[in-house]
Amino acid sequence: MASSSSGGSGSGSEMQRTAQHRISVIAGHLRRPAEGDVAVRAEECKAPQSRLEASGDGRTVPMKRHEVMKWNGWGYSDSRFLFNKKGQAEFTGKRYKLSGMILPALKDWFEGTFGASLQHKSPATPLLNTSAVQAPTLNQDFVEELKSIGVPFSHEAEDRAFRGHGHCLHEIFALREGKIGRVPDMVVWPNCHNDVEKIVALACKHNVCLIPYGGGTSVSSALECPPEETRSIVSLDTSQMNRILWIDEKNLTAHVEAGIIGQDLERLLNESGYCTGHEPDSMEFSSLGGWVSTRASGMKKNIYGNIEDLVVHIKMVTPQGVIEKSCQGPRMSTGPDIHHFILGSEGTLGVVTEVTMKIRPVPEYQKYGSVVFPNFEQGVACLREVAKQRCAPASIRLMDNEQFMFGHALKPQVSSIFTSFLDGLKKFYITKFKGFDPSRLCVATLLFEGNREKVLQHEKQVYDIAAKFGGLAAGEDNGQRGYMLTFVIAYLRDLGMDYYVIAESFETSVPWDRVLDVCRNVKARVVRECKDKGVQFSPLSSCRVTQTYDAGACVYFYFAFNYRGLSDPVHVYEQVEHAAREEILANGGSLSHHHGVGKLRKEWMRETVSEVGVGMLQSVKDYVDPKNIFGNRNLL
Amino acid sequence: MASEAVCSHRDPMLKKRDDFEDILEERRNSSDLRYALKCYTPVLYKQLTPCTASDLKNMVLCSTQVHFVIAQVSKETGAAPEEVQAEASSILEEMAHRLQLGPIRFFAFVLCKVFKTLFRSVCVNEEGIQRLQQSIHEHPVVLLPSHRSYMDFLLMSYILYTYDLALPVIAAGMDFMGMKILGEMLRMSGAFFIRRSFGGDKLYWAVFSEYVRTMLKTGFAPVEFFLEGTRSRTSKSLTPKLGLLNIVMEPFLKGEVFDVALVPVSISYERILEESLYARELLGVPKPKESTSGLFKARKVLSENYGSIHVYFGQPVSVRSLAEGRVQRGQFNLIPRHIPRRPSEDVQGFVNDSAYQLLRAQEENMVLKPWVLLSSLLLQNHHQNQNQNQRRGGGMMMEELSEGAVWLRELCRQYGAFLHWPDHVPPAEVVSSSLDLHRGLVTISDGRVHLNLGHGAQKGAGLTAEEELLSQAVIILSCASYRNQALHVFVRPALLATALQAAGSAHKQDVFNTFNFLRNMFANEFILCPGAAVQDFEEACFLLMKTGVVLMEQEEVLVTENGHRTITFLTSILDPFLQGYQVVCRFLCEASTESLTEAQFVPAVRTFIVRLLLSGRLRYSEVLSSDLQKNALAALQRLGAVHKLKREAEPATLKVNTVMVNSLEDTLGGKLPTVKPVASRL
Repeated sequence: MASSSSGGSGSGSEMQRTAQHRISVIAGHLRRPAEGDVAVRAEECKAPQSRLEASGDGRTVPMKRHEVMKWNGWGYSDSRFLFNKKGQAEFTGKRYKLSGMILPALKDWFEGTFGASLQHKSPATPLLNTSAVQAPTLNQDFVEELKSIGVPFSHEAEDRAFRGHGHCLHEIFALREGKIGRVPDMVVWPNCHNDVEKIVALACKHNVCLIPYGGGTSVSSALECPPEETRSIVSLDTSQMNRILWIDEKNLTAHVEAGIIGQDLERLLNESGYCTGHEPDSMEFSSLGGWVSTRASGMKKNIYGNIEDLVVHIKMVTPQGVIEKSCQGPRMSTGPDIHHFILGSEGTLGVVTEVTMKIRPVPEYQKYGSVVFPNFEQGVACLREVAKQRCAPASIRLMDNEQFMFGHALKPQVSSIFTSFLDGLKKFYITKFKGFDPSRLCVATLLFEGNREKVLQHEKQVYDIAAKFGGLAAGEDNGQRGYMLTFVIAYLRDLGMDYYVIAESFETSVPWDRVLDVCRNVKARVVRECKDKGVQFSPLSSCRVTQTYDAGACVYFYFAFNYRGLSDPVHVYEQVEHAAREEILANGGSLSHHHGVGKLRKEWMRETVSEVGVGMLQSVKDYVDPKNIFGNRNLL
Repeated sequence: MASEAVCSHRDPMLKKRDDFEDILEERRNSSDLRYALKCYTPVLYKQLTPCTASDLKNMVLCSTQVHFVIAQVSKETGAAPEEVQAEASSILEEMAHRLQLGPIRFFAFVLCKVFKTLFRSVCVNEEGIQRLQQSIHEHPVVLLPSHRSYMDFLLMSYILYTYDLALPVIAAGMDFMGMKILGEMLRMSGAFFIRRSFGGDKLYWAVFSEYVRTMLKTGFAPVEFFLEGTRSRTSKSLTPKLGLLNIVMEPFLKGEVFDVALVPVSISYERILEESLYARELLGVPKPKESTSGLFKARKVLSENYGSIHVYFGQPVSVRSLAEGRVQRGQFNLIPRHIPRRPSEDVQGFVNDSAYQLLRAQEENMVLKPWVLLSSLLLQNHHQNQNQNQRRGGGMMMEELSEGAVWLRELCRQYGAFLHWPDHVPPAEVVSSSLDLHRGLVTISDGRVHLNLGHGAQKGAGLTAEEELLSQAVIILSCASYRNQALHVFVRPALLATALQAAGSAHKQDVFNTFNFLRNMFANEFILCPGAAVQDFEEACFLLMKTGVVLMEQEEVLVTENGHRTITFLTSILDPFLQGYQVVCRFLCEASTESLTEAQFVPAVRTFIVRLLLSGRLRYSEVLSSDLQKNALAALQRLGAVHKLKREAEPATLKVNTVMVNSLEDTLGGKLPTVKPVASRL
């Protein structure tokens, strides 16, 4: 492995230096797994030897995922938040910047915001009870033929249970209670495109239901097995199709197997001095194929574009055969773009196996930043102006006051009195001298990328605009911490669930003139619904604007509440989320900006894309997959 | 669901109504000046963007809505945008309020003095005040008081000031602006002035609606306006005007605020200041123009006792819960929200239904005084014994009146009326103190209670028969206006009682058909929620059964032995209206040959009615009320029996469908409906 995980000072060659720098760019806080940390690579590559491998080792995801990752929560098994014996929050493990650190303010914030108490615990079932997993329904003929083609597979309970869910609250909640619903009957691990073709052909022949599985980070119930499915369900885990097959430096494209996960893709490209720049919040675990089939969006889309802008070529195996374009022209006028049948198809039409993506040289310089605004309205007005002038940095996000407070609660213990004195001074300046109301102010976090000179110039331009809306530059630290929050928030949810607090996030996209209205109304609706549904404690209802476009923005909502005293907290939570989505739609927001529809949001598809639109999609499905082999029943 | 939200107080048995507190009591015991200068720190809207009255004007003039219309108007008329902008600015100047605390304090001081001389008490439900305070904090608030007197909006501001609540901005008719100094004073105490009609004027509408919306959205102040549009001269609630309600609901429907709270406020006067003024106006004596000097002349009213006022702040109604399941808010998603559009049909229907529900909530919380019952009884007695009365002075024995009042009190309570009858005082005392307060309308001699009709005859040497009739009608109409206060309690049972008599069959479906016909006929006269015929019928049946007046046997509705008194009372309540509408029908049939303009209608029908009254062919002089006549005409137009013909440069004339009007008259007269109304599901 290129650069070590030990803080990365003064390592190796020029190449390694660039790569290492790039790593710090990826997510600010991420540390790669230590060398040999994940050695579980059972399979050997059966892809033709002639194929170029840019790099092949150090993959994050083994076949036996549960050996590295939690079976009933987010992320790596060794990384979690807990309250230690002194009642202080800490983050375990060694993988992250925050790992091993104490977060002194979290406890007070947690107890104060939710009315929760460290005395009231709601621990999860520690181990998967394999007897709770239904015996697999196997299609023997299919299994026999699968053996004959030599694709690895398993029907062990752990493997199957791991692939029967995504990361919706209700899915994780059930797992924590040890409840396992319908799960796939077996898991197969194809190693390359040809393997997939064979598996799909066998599935068609024996009428077996296939559910493609990439990173498992779905938050739309897309991975849930339809309970009404009577056929044998086979989870097609693409994690072993994780190679970069070639890099074309003339056209700046890379041809990649679709099972590769975000962090591996970035790391491997970085070694060659490139990046895709596609960084969705889930990039540690989500896969390229998953991005394509959900129309994913990355935080730096302002420079690199969303997934639909990044793909040049897609290869997908469907029951009718392989679909792909014949060339790699940058744009084509050949009827409706067939890529758009694939992008967002959510595993209902086939398996994406290989993708050609645009790549860019790793940027020479990057800089975080933040701006404090007196209130959310001013902040939104500033983002709108930035979008209008088309000078958005790689990422610009605006957190509301609740999230600003939340971010503060995650400040690690300060090392010196001097730092805490400086913090105090900064706070005094903003609230007393500048007269910002601490209960209204909000903060925008920024990330600039490019060559040094341009970044500084760009930075000035953005800060000048911000100043017109009353914004004050608030330093790089705040910015960086804002992005960190994105990556640890899912870990934090597990902590909350240990103490009767459940949480979820959801997103939408909305025209500029409605951003404030959607934010206000949805937040208020969540509060009102919680109250109406008998939630005893006032919920956390918070939002942030995470992406800007010419004509609108992407808004992310978080909500969380203490469910003590509720007999069916998940049902209450589902009702609240449903109401919140209704509110979004009524206020002119979209059904989803990048999470997708899955089964969670299916009921609104008709009103979202019209009767005819649904019919169009249905007729594509009917042609491509008449026997409903890809039977996850997402979308339609 | 929505209707439950509004009508939660219908059954007083279910929820005890709130208690009242007399706010004048404290004023009588402590310094008015200190009160006027007290520390005033109201609870404000939690998301308030603080701004001044002139900031508001700027926000309006800079809004995309107004800009859009300015551009549109300038394109259409060819005027320079700056000119149109200037016009918009002057419209706003003419309209805008200049809410300031100083004048409010002045008014508070003066009103203290005035109220203390005029009224025995001003009673307010404190729980309502608390609910209101909560609402003001949570959401933009719209106050919807009933409108019976000029006093209403001064009174509202006075009460809110007293309770340290945010002072409202009030939509007032332009006619007030005529009063020079007072107009400006009102402006400074929060009134903003709107023209009575501005139908086609886009710019005016844009500026006006944006002004109201801006005040609402920013939470500047609660917005107050009268759903009825104008003062009701008859004490009946008027058919709601929807323009302003549309405007205040829009910010919610378009997602600009999370919710809007509508607070119906019921103001009931024991004795209305404008009592005889209204009666004269209804009889065709034009109302005096509002002027400051006129107000001073009217100060003789200061020497009289006007009893008590009850102000009930109703349960705030959330527009959000009203609209739930009724309006697709997504309909505003595809067109920029600043482009003015006619409300879609479902929004119009929604606003209309909401307006009726709010008015009903207002009516239900009106406090009825004993005099309301007494005037009903006295009027009925007068009409039943009209001929004998003329021979032997007539009137009712005190005991008879007391007994009737007690009987009616029970009936009222059974029907859920909000009756303020002091139970610890013997009924006879209640009656006589009520009569005392209204001695302008009644006299007591030899233990008999008379309406004050006789005076004309005694000193009336110089009066013609018609003049005498009119002066009697003033008294009758004044009394009728008090009786009308209770109409909302009785109207549904009364329609059923009348239907039972007219249907000629006890079969439920027949009764319903007749009920439905009558209900439809009187939809302009009383507050009957559109499309709620079945509910109304069921409510009426329920009330009559509950009081043992009717029995439901299989498909039959039967009047019981004991029920006749109630039935008689109920039918007599409706009878003047029934006959009035018949008379209007007859008039239209007879006048149909000539071309009658709209403006000529009221004088002509009045002459016709005077003739009928003088010849003794009509008993009810309250039919002379122009309100009833206009309502009847509106009903006939709505039913398609009369059409308005508009011609260029000529006043509109009325085209009467004689056959239809004739048949309506017959049906009203108790003949079986020739055309059965479409059988509704029961």
